[in-house]
Amino acid sequence: MSCSGSRILYCNCTYARVVAQETKAAVLDGLAQSGVAFDAVPDLCELAARRDPALERLAAGDSPLEIVACYPRAVRWLFHAAGAPLPEDGVTIHNMRTEAPETTLATVLGSETEPTQPETSS
Amino acid sequence: MTLAAPSLRVVLDQRQGPAFEADRKTSLLRTLLDAGYIVSCNGEEGELAPLDASQLLVLREGTAAEDQEAESTEGQIPVTFRGVRKLDADAVLGLVRELQGSTAEPGDWKPWFPVIDYDRCTNCMQCLSFCLFGVYDVDEDKTIDVAQPEKCKTNCPACSRVCPEVAILFPKYKNGPINGDEVQAQDVQREKMKTDISSLLGGDIYSMLRERHARANTRFSKERDEERALKERRRCLVKLQQELDIPEEVLAQLPSAEQILEKASRHSSPRDGSS
Ligand code: SF4
Ligand code: SF4
Repeated sequence: MSCSGSRILYCNCTYARVVAQETKAAVLDGLAQSGVAFDAVPDLCELAARRDPALERLAAGDSPLEIVACYPRAVRWLFHAAGAPLPEDGVTIHNMRTEAPETTLATVLGSETEPTQPETSS
Repeated sequence: MTLAAPSLRVVLDQRQGPAFEADRKTSLLRTLLDAGYIVSCNGEEGELAPLDASQLLVLREGTAAEDQEAESTEGQIPVTFRGVRKLDADAVLGLVRELQGSTAEPGDWKPWFPVIDYDRCTNCMQCLSFCLFGVYDVDEDKTIDVAQPEKCKTNCPACSRVCPEVAILFPKYKNGPINGDEVQAQDVQREKMKTDISSLLGGDIYSMLRERHARANTRFSKERDEERALKERRRCLVKLQQELDIPEEVLAQLPSAEQILEKASRHSSPRDGSS
């Protein structure tokens, strides 16, 4: 696994149904079963609206960050809106609205993680 | 002990004592996330977000007898430990709520609000003029800002439809590019064609209604009646609703003509001479 040295952040999109329930369940289950460390938030949108200081902690750190949520452009500007912009480099955003859970899990947990810019990854 | 509501961080601790069995871990995670809690799972591999001032509630697969209270290494962050071996997910949620002193149910407010893509935004202020509910404002640099996201009307994406640069996102919207999907050339073209609608609306929705009403009056002056005027207004609103995807209840909450005019005069040139 490629996770040592990188961090994983999972967004549960709790307050809307924009991510398919089965997709969220499969990804969360896969992360839990893997035994790797990860941070999970109920809903990044809600945290951003409240400008919750937790977003600063979640965006901080020198390790590469793998965010599992939705469209990269949305996630990136949500962090910005909360006053906790994501670093320019080292952040990969996985889109549960378009990606199959197996693909997301394989990339996040697998050995072939390709760092991509938040704007271009989906 | 009662933990402060906004910054609690629940940790499912795998490092000390027996590990959580995988299915149980998933069930605890799902229950806590659905209830609005931030959860961190440590493990043999990988790392977590760094510590901050958030209070920690560390749950372990031990027994209540093993509960202890301790200070973090910095000695500033209160950490509460709880053993939850005999508790199912709902009981664990009850324990977390009790420690936090909260009975709040999640989901009272669907987090629906505009998010600006500043790589695209030209600070033209159309959104500010258009939104009648005070969501937008300008910051001290006279840059457009989503100042009061909670005032946004749930499921109304209308301001994103009037932005000529396709710079306004609603992450929970159904379609791209408003949901954050990449913006294509044809999206920009389509939005540019809508600027006439937006300036009309941004100026004064009522003036458009009045104009249409006046035209109808001229055409049908002889048969003018209340019912016809009402029909015309309704037709006009339906057209707007369809063009901009505005929910009916939002239209019903539109402020008065006086309020709109007052707002338009306040914000006519927020960033003098620049765009
Ligand atoms: S960031 Fe995306 S996945 Fe997360 S809550 Fe917002 S819309 Fe849902
Ligand atoms: S309408 Fe669009 S481009 Fe103009 S200020 Fe608002 S977000 Fe920026």
